[in-house]
Amino acid sequence: MDYFDQSVFLAASTIRLATPLVLAALAGLFAERSGVVDIGLEGKMLAAAFAAAALTAISGSHLLGLAGAIVTSMMLALVHGYATITHRGDQVVSGMAINITVAGLGPTLAEAWFGQAGRISLPPGRGRFMPIELPFAAGVRDIPIVGLVYTDIISGQNLLTYIAVLTIPLAVWVLYCTRFGLRLRAVGENPAAVDTAGISVASLRYRALLMTGLLCGIAGAYLSIAQSEGFTRDMTAGKGYLALAALIFGKWRPVPAVLACLLFAFTDALQARLQGVSLPGIGSVPTQLVQALPYVLTIILLAGFVGRAVAPRAVGKPYVKER
Amino acid sequence: MLKSIGAAIVAMTLLSTATVVRAADFQPALIFDMGGKFDASFNEAAYHGAEKFKQDTGISYLEFEITNESQREQALSRMARRGANIVVMAGFSFATPLETLADQYPDTKFVIIDAVVDKPNVESIVFKEQEGSFLVGMAAALASKTGTTGFVGGMDIPLIRNFQVGYEEGVHYVKPDDKVLVNYAGDTAAAWSDPAKGNELAISQFDRGADVVYHAAGATGRGVLQAAADRGKLGIGVDSNQNGLYPGHVLTSMVKRVDVAVYEAFKEAQGDGWKPGTRVLGLREDGVGYAVDDHNASILTTDMRQKLEAAKAEIIAGKIVVKGYQPN
Repeated sequence: MDYFDQSVFLAASTIRLATPLVLAALAGLFAERSGVVDIGLEGKMLAAAFAAAALTAISGSHLLGLAGAIVTSMMLALVHGYATITHRGDQVVSGMAINITVAGLGPTLAEAWFGQAGRISLPPGRGRFMPIELPFAAGVRDIPIVGLVYTDIISGQNLLTYIAVLTIPLAVWVLYCTRFGLRLRAVGENPAAVDTAGISVASLRYRALLMTGLLCGIAGAYLSIAQSEGFTRDMTAGKGYLALAALIFGKWRPVPAVLACLLFAFTDALQARLQGVSLPGIGSVPTQLVQALPYVLTIILLAGFVGRAVAPRAVGKPYVKER
Repeated sequence: MLKSIGAAIVAMTLLSTATVVRAADFQPALIFDMGGKFDASFNEAAYHGAEKFKQDTGISYLEFEITNESQREQALSRMARRGANIVVMAGFSFATPLETLADQYPDTKFVIIDAVVDKPNVESIVFKEQEGSFLVGMAAALASKTGTTGFVGGMDIPLIRNFQVGYEEGVHYVKPDDKVLVNYAGDTAAAWSDPAKGNELAISQFDRGADVVYHAAGATGRGVLQAAADRGKLGIGVDSNQNGLYPGHVLTSMVKRVDVAVYEAFKEAQGDGWKPGTRVLGLREDGVGYAVDDHNASILTTDMRQKLEAAKAEIIAGKIVVKGYQPN
């Protein structure tokens, strides 16, 4: 067991843990860059996780589960849009309302439909996104360094992780290289100017929220039908809020936000491996201290290295056309 | 929609009147801990015990599932006020609320599992988890090819440390030089219901060379067994018989007869046999053990079983002393 092997495994673990965070952070990016605060990432993910597990359990097809997850999450995004864009409601309140509703509704519906005390279990070993072995993965394993990196990090992830990886350049491209992206960023900074140019603020924001719904849907499906088998109460465990923190951490830009997600995932992966390990010169570190590591690191980085994060200027303000 | 609400109201009314009628005769109650009734582990074992009682006697029981810490005390006093003659609590965390509430309801019989509360109307049932864990530790060491095995605990508390230490003793009894990796899912009750975390912890142990991992982590443990099945390794279940969850990938399960404890408590309270005090259930009383069924008959070989049976006999005879967790 050498250090290189361990770092490769650590990297693989980081990627598995980062997948839902990256998707959720990019989801948040679209909403917030268009000027809509979306604290409801958590609720949308949880609803998607529920829908994915429920549909997969009934139909036995995880692709159908994924589709259901995306549709459910987009519907909730539209609810958020209807409350905050059409009716100019408070964005934080609407997002929070979605979180609370889903947190209660999920287990209740699961209990009513599946009778497993608020849980949905998939038949073990079937009906979920399994790790995909890329070609030659087994063959090149013995090539030093490159072989192990290819076999254990690049290969052997599941489809949704690969989708998440592809989403990163795609999000950058949409946001910075397309007309839609330019308008979306503009509407988050100065909606009045966009309106003056004859472009509908509401329709732009709705479209941004649909993107958010799409990505949250994939993130939720990852939780319940890829990483775990089935839905459990509160299974998002604050990942939506963590993604939101990563977004602020990354100053509302896609690549830094993704890096922040990777950092959170890395500390989480690291703490699983540091428990009970004795470090040279320090000795064995108490579990409680190791478990606090991700939070401590976050505070240090936030306080010391991030600097001022400037939000999109119009974020949180409903757009009112002058009369 | 309206119709179903109406139906629900009617049902609830019926239910509450039924309770009132029942209160005159015998009314047992069971409160589950975090992790939920269908955790395929500890709580589910309690559920099976209560269901068996219901089947045998036709008497239904009141039940409640805790979903957050603040509900413990409420649930307890609710059950007592609703006229339950006996309230069984599955879980050590009920010790604190029970300490305060037992005196307020002197006519109600309370049974707490996994903790000791010294009151005149409380029966405490504790298990010698370390003895059962010792045996599955032996099984792990016998089945391991790498010389490294793992343990994933739920919440880091003395009770779960007992599982861990017994397991380590069992591993080292067979192979003194084997390594045991230890991870805990967390410090709060949320650590019982996070399968994704259990999954990741188990994978981290497999990465470090383990090929058999034992969990004592409630619903979190499902993730542990899932990781073992995904990676072609072996997991060991806990509390309930979990061999069938991933047939061929669960070496055995350390069964804790919570079901028997619940069943007998109900049964005794229905008759006149119920007594307060502390009851300790170990290998000798068949309170703990390891599970053998069709799912694991091929991986837990006859040879292994013979060794486990021999050790079991020696533990019962007192020749092997399993120490368990002893905080300094």
